Amino acid sequence: MALLEAKGLTKSFYGVTVLHGVDLAIEPGEVLGLVGENGSGKSTSMNILGGVLQPDGGSMTLGGVPYAPRDPRDASRAGISFIHQELNLFPNLTVEENLYLDGFPFRFPFLPFIDRRRIRQRTKALLAEVDLPASPATPVSSLSPGERQMVEIAKALSGQARLIIFDEPTTSLTSREIERLFALISKLRARRIGMIYISHILHDVLRLCDHVLVLRDGALVGSDRAANMTPERMVTLMVGRTMEQMFPPRFEKPSATPPVLELRSVSQPGVVKNISLVVHRSEVVGVAGLLGSGRTELARIIFGLAPRQTGTILVEGRELARSPREVMQAGVAFLTEDRRLEGTLGSASIAHNLALPAVESYAGTGTGVLDSARLHAAVSGMARSVQLKASDIERQPINALSGGNQQKVVLGKWLMRSPKVLILDEPTRGIDVGAKYEIYRIINDLAAQGAAILVISSEIEELIGLSDRILVMCHGEFSAEFNKATFDPEEILRAAMKKPVHSSP
Amino acid sequence: MKKGVKAHGILVALRLLPYAVFVVVLVTFASLSSRFLQVQNFLNILVQAAPVAIAGIGMTFVLLTGGIDLSVGAVMYLSACILGVFFKSVAWPVGLLLMMACGSVWGALNAVFITRLRVVPFIVTLATLFIARGAALYLSNTKMIFLPKEVTGLNRLYWFGIPFAIWTLAVVLAVAWVILRETPFGRQIYAVGADPVAAEKAGLKVGRILFLVYCISGACAGMGGFVSITQVGAVSPSFALEREFAVIAAAVLGGTSLFGGRGGVGGTIFGAILIQTVNNGLVIINANPYIYPLVTAAIIFLAVLVDSLRERILKRLQARQIRVEEGGDARLASAPARLP
Repeated sequence: MALLEAKGLTKSFYGVTVLHGVDLAIEPGEVLGLVGENGSGKSTSMNILGGVLQPDGGSMTLGGVPYAPRDPRDASRAGISFIHQELNLFPNLTVEENLYLDGFPFRFPFLPFIDRRRIRQRTKALLAEVDLPASPATPVSSLSPGERQMVEIAKALSGQARLIIFDEPTTSLTSREIERLFALISKLRARRIGMIYISHILHDVLRLCDHVLVLRDGALVGSDRAANMTPERMVTLMVGRTMEQMFPPRFEKPSATPPVLELRSVSQPGVVKNISLVVHRSEVVGVAGLLGSGRTELARIIFGLAPRQTGTILVEGRELARSPREVMQAGVAFLTEDRRLEGTLGSASIAHNLALPAVESYAGTGTGVLDSARLHAAVSGMARSVQLKASDIERQPINALSGGNQQKVVLGKWLMRSPKVLILDEPTRGIDVGAKYEIYRIINDLAAQGAAILVISSEIEELIGLSDRILVMCHGEFSAEFNKATFDPEEILRAAMKKPVHSSP
Repeated sequence: MKKGVKAHGILVALRLLPYAVFVVVLVTFASLSSRFLQVQNFLNILVQAAPVAIAGIGMTFVLLTGGIDLSVGAVMYLSACILGVFFKSVAWPVGLLLMMACGSVWGALNAVFITRLRVVPFIVTLATLFIARGAALYLSNTKMIFLPKEVTGLNRLYWFGIPFAIWTLAVVLAVAWVILRETPFGRQIYAVGADPVAAEKAGLKVGRILFLVYCISGACAGMGGFVSITQVGAVSPSFALEREFAVIAAAVLGGTSLFGGRGGVGGTIFGAILIQTVNNGLVIINANPYIYPLVTAAIIFLAVLVDSLRERILKRLQARQIRVEEGGDARLASAPARLP
């Protein structure tokens, strides 16, 4: 009998369906691999299993009995542990305290004193099971990310886990820690614990898993024994999507004039290594790469938000200063990946948000008093030209807009400054298909007006649809370059997933 | 990892800075006055520091959860007024318990606003500070309240050669220390302070924990107020005025963070002693009284500055760990706080 079985799971957010009836089954002692691009529904389906989200439709059974967790505690009581990318430990407590935080055993009956000896012994046994040679009294803050993950697994074991879900468990581990994790997974498999392993690193998935599921656009598109899978087949299943009707056409050709943005061997230890690139007038250059590849850090370095140790950055041949203010004055605009936190003033009006970066240029000469009429005209003009759907841009706060319209405001506010260089980090994250099209159109218009554009995205089709050239980042370095003639989603994904060259210890 | 080692060095230095300040204060006052170094004077400092230290222990519980309680000074005054106006003739242990009960009721009031209505602690306790002071001024008709000899005489009560105030402080300290170290509630306080959302997810009853810490803070303020009455003999309208700042400063000087999750009650006693030592020294060297608030302000500023520097360094160490593997292959090891 299957340990866990899910049938027809569906889920939608704000009218956008992200899961279209996903089925899965896992046996005791089986390791199930789950792969798919960002937004394919991996996280949503696992969050349903782990009790973080409730499905709109479908059913689950655990060991033959119906299973419908209302929250993560419900799930963990039923024996399902979810080990998230960001770990849920308290760094200011010790290992043993973290393991027993919600249920300390008492030393004396009826007196609430912690039985230190008992939790120490039990913790010692659990740490031995996960092969972590740390004392139970070690504060978690002094452990490495890999060691903390072992503690999380020990915590799952202390709660009698029957199924453990790993979400991208290797992103913050060193190669040695990864080996230890894999050894532990084999050990748990021998104890008949079921596991679901989510990862972008396909080699790891093939090596660890018995069975692999491939998700795309919220539906299961492939399910086979790992022995019958190859990385090539997995990538084909993950990517295969029609590209027609997704991207507006582009007519402008990048000019061969001197580059507008140029980076010469920019390095920052542990973040990016020896990055050189040029972007010309009217050119759109895409940067592909996985989470943690250094792609976002690169954008922050160019904009002066993060330090760089060596290398030069030039805009129209002039060296760029290192403060965001001066970088902005040089004509560079930056759309950050976190729109809510870094890109908008949430409760301020749409007009206010639009005017923000350009407001200085609407001050009267000499007096410094704002020319409201001219600013108002410019702001409403911009709202029209980005096709903003809002009822009243003067009164409506930006928070009240949908994600796509918020992003149009953020784009519009930078367009008010007519930037020479525009850097976009994940410009369409969390935006529905229709709004995506409009954002792509704005980006194309900008390029047509002569801006040099750098787009960072984890959606490869998006980069292919938008860019003239694509650079692939992997472990802080460029690992490949493609131009329009050589665009190939599978090749790009492969270049982004290149295994790091581990030197033998 | 040279950078990490350096950061740890700075952290240790910041942690020890208040102790270094204490040494400097001792040496300075000792060289200015011979009376300062006498044993009797140090005993005085300890006794006079007791009210702030006791209230500071309660404050430490609140700060550990990442909250703050600005109403403690006002609670001292209000509970003293209630005792002096309505219960003048009760035995002193009853009086002590009564003031603690008043304090914890006030703490429960704070907690209701904070946990049920989700108003930030700073705003809630700022409002209840003025409410409590206003109520006390109304009850006392802004007049001086005199308490019976039985209470004020406690100042001269010694057991085994140790004064009443020190006994009280020692008992509170011991109980608080055991609660924080050896009970589930104590450890859960630290977890809530580190990350309330994660604490909720881990199945802790965060609302209940917050409720209790504000009650504890109120009870400790009531007790601190009682000890203070035994020393000053009467309750004037300026009784314990602005005392909350000394109480918070004592906890923060002792290493408890305003950001939550870090610190303990042992340090709070040290903080209270440091503040009282400075006040005592200024009196002994006959300093201009208008200088006192400036010096106290400087100490509070130092405490808060050190705390925020420590927090910043700790955050940096925690948030982004760039790990260098053997062989020099550097990988970015920040755990991205989002799902793909």
